[in-house]
Amino acid sequence: MTDRHEMWKELGMDLEAHDTLCAVLPTAFGDIFLSQENRPEGMAFYDMVVSDIHGIRPAELIEEQKRGRKIFGTFCLYVPDEIIVAADGIVTGLCGGSQFWVPDGEKVLPKNVCPLIKASVGARLGRTCPFFRIADMYVGETTCDGKKKAWEILGEDVPLHIMDMPQMKRVKDIEKWIGEIKEFKQVVETFTGHEVTAENLHAAIVLLNKRRKAMARVYACRKADPIPISGKDVLLMTQIAFFDDPQRCADQANALAEELERRIDAGIGVFPKGTKRILLTGTPMAIPNWKMHHIIETSGAAVVCEECCTGTRYVEHLVDERPMMMEGQLQALADRYMKNNCACFTPNKGRIDDIIRLAEAYHADGVIDVNLKFCTLYDTEKRDVKRALKAAGIPVLSLETDYDDTDAEQLRTRVEAFIEMLG
Amino acid sequence: MKQIWYIGIDMGSTAAKIVAVGDHELRFVMPTGWSCLDTAGQILKKLKNQGILPENSRIVSTGYGRQAVSYADKAVTEITCHAAGCAQQYPDCTIIDVGGQDTKAIHVCSAVVDDFIMNDKCSAGTGKFIEIMANRLGCTIDTLFSLAAKGRPVNISSLCTVFAESEIIGHISKGKARENIAAGIVRSVAIKVTQLAQQVPVTGPVLLTGGLSHLPYFAAALGKELQCVVRSAPQGRYAGAYGAAVLAKKVSQ
Repeated sequence: MTDRHEMWKELGMDLEAHDTLCAVLPTAFGDIFLSQENRPEGMAFYDMVVSDIHGIRPAELIEEQKRGRKIFGTFCLYVPDEIIVAADGIVTGLCGGSQFWVPDGEKVLPKNVCPLIKASVGARLGRTCPFFRIADMYVGETTCDGKKKAWEILGEDVPLHIMDMPQMKRVKDIEKWIGEIKEFKQVVETFTGHEVTAENLHAAIVLLNKRRKAMARVYACRKADPIPISGKDVLLMTQIAFFDDPQRCADQANALAEELERRIDAGIGVFPKGTKRILLTGTPMAIPNWKMHHIIETSGAAVVCEECCTGTRYVEHLVDERPMMMEGQLQALADRYMKNNCACFTPNKGRIDDIIRLAEAYHADGVIDVNLKFCTLYDTEKRDVKRALKAAGIPVLSLETDYDDTDAEQLRTRVEAFIEMLG
Repeated sequence: MKQIWYIGIDMGSTAAKIVAVGDHELRFVMPTGWSCLDTAGQILKKLKNQGILPENSRIVSTGYGRQAVSYADKAVTEITCHAAGCAQQYPDCTIIDVGGQDTKAIHVCSAVVDDFIMNDKCSAGTGKFIEIMANRLGCTIDTLFSLAAKGRPVNISSLCTVFAESEIIGHISKGKARENIAAGIVRSVAIKVTQLAQQVPVTGPVLLTGGLSHLPYFAAALGKELQCVVRSAPQGRYAGAYGAAVLAKKVSQ
C-alpha cells in the first residue's frame, strides 16, 4: 500500500495520533467484515476503499483541488448535494463515527453532547482525519442544539456556511427552505467561481438521482429471503457513498445489485432462510460505527433495512427531473429534501409512517430503535415510535448507546432477548 | 431408561444459581467469583458428585456468563429464562429482577415476553448499589434491610452510585441513625427500579426475582413506589435457573 505520510503531513495532520487510529482499524474491519461468510464479490471494491480509507479518496480530492475544484464538507442529508455538484464542487460527508475522536471533541464540548458531534469536532481539532483537513468549506445546518453550537467552534477554524433548517413542514416552512437553498447556491457560486445554471443543475439532479436509484436497487435486494447480503455490508456501501465520487458510487452499487439479483434468482443467501429480520431505525451510523449491526448479526438475526440517514433516507425519493428552469428545480429540490423525516421536525409522524411502511416492505420481524446517547430529539421520539409499532403489531426494542464498546455485552443481552422474543 | 435431568445454570455477575429437575429437584448457589469458566467447571463437578452427568442431561445456561458454560446445550438470555420460570405459575405477569449488575422489568403475556427494559451501564438501582452501601454501613445486605425496616428514610437524591455514596457519608457524619440511612438506601433503589419498570406495562401479578427477592421489606418498598402489590416470585433468586431448566425440557421436546 502507498505510504501516505507525506500527504498527511502536508495536510497538517497529527501523524503520531493518526497512526494509532490507522493501527486499530484493520483489526476491527477484519473481525467485523472479513470474518463474514459468502460475501458478495462486489464488496471487494468497498473493502479496498476501507483498506486505504485515509489514502485513496483523500489523494483524489487533493488532485481535484489542484485543478481548482472546491471540496465541501457536509454533516447532514438536508444539505443539497445537487447545488455543489452543479457548481463543479465536490461533496464529502464529514460525520465522525469513532470513539477515537471523542476525547478531542470533549476538550471543547460539554459531556452531554452526542458522540457524533463530539467525534466530528474532535476529528477537526485533533487533526486526525484527512477529510476534515481537505474540505475547503464546511456546510452546517441547524438540525439540533448541539450542532448549532458546534458550528461556532468549528467556524473559528474553517470557512463555514450554515443552512437554517425549518422546524416544521408547513408550506411557509418549505418556502423558507427554498430561500435557504437559493442563498446556499449563491455562497457556492461565489466560493467556486462557477455559476449554477439550469443546465448544470439539471445534470447534477440526474447524476445524484442515478446514485439514489443504484443504491436503492441494492436495498431492494434485501427484501428477499434468504438475504443475499448482510446488513453490515450494505451499511458499509452507504457509509462510503457519502465521500465517494457519485458516478463511481452509482456504478459500483449497480454492479453489486446485479450480483445480488443473480443471487436471489439462485436462492443464495448470507444467512439461512428464515433468519429473523430486523429493521433498524434511529440516529445515523457514521463510518466506522458498525456496532449495532455487528451485535445483531452475530446474535442470530439479520439487519434488512435502516430507516435513518445512513439508510433509506439517503437513497429513497428522487428529485423531480422534469423542471428545466431554475425556480422549478429549486422547488423540486426543496420538495425532495423535505421528504426526509428527521426527529428535528415537529411533528414528525412521517418517520413513523416510514418505519411501518419499510418494516412491511422488508418483511421485518422486529424493529430496533437505536439512538446515540444525548440525542434528545430521537430519545424523546422513541416513545411515539414504540407506541405506533406496538399498535401495528410490530415488536420493537429501544436502545441507547454511544461509540464506546464497553456496553457491547449488555446490548447483546438485550438484542438476544429481543430475538428470542421474536420466536 | 436412564433418568434425564433438565438443568438450568444461571451464571449471574455475583452468584451462580443451579436448578436440576429429574426424579427429584436439586438446587444450589455458589459465588461466581472472578472466572465464570472456573465456576462452570465447579458446577459440573458438583453435579457429577450428585450422579448427574451431562450426557444424560439437557442443559440451558443463562445470565451474563452464559457463554462460559461450554457444556450447555443452549445459551438463553436471563430475560427469556425469568419469564419462562415465572410463567409456569403466572402466564400473565410483570417480573422485576434486581440483579447484581442489571435490573430488568419484564412484561409477560400468555407465557411469552411481550416487552422488557434493562438498566443502563450505571449500577444505581441494582444489587451492586445495595452491596456498596451495605459495605459503607459496615453490615451485610440482609442486615441493611432489617435495619431499614426500623427506620424512617433519609433523602438520597443522587442518581449515581458514587455520588450517592458521598451523600451517605454526609448523613453518617451528621450522626443520622443507621436505620434511617438504611431505609433511605432501600427507598432510593426502589425509586430507581420503579422509574425503570414504568417504561413497560406493569400489569398482572408483579413478581420480584433476583438476589433481593427473599426480602419482604424490599418487595414492600418497591410496591409502595409502584403503587401495587409486589410479591416474591415462587422461585425467588432461582427464577432464572428454574426458567432455564424449564426451557431445557422444552428444547429437548
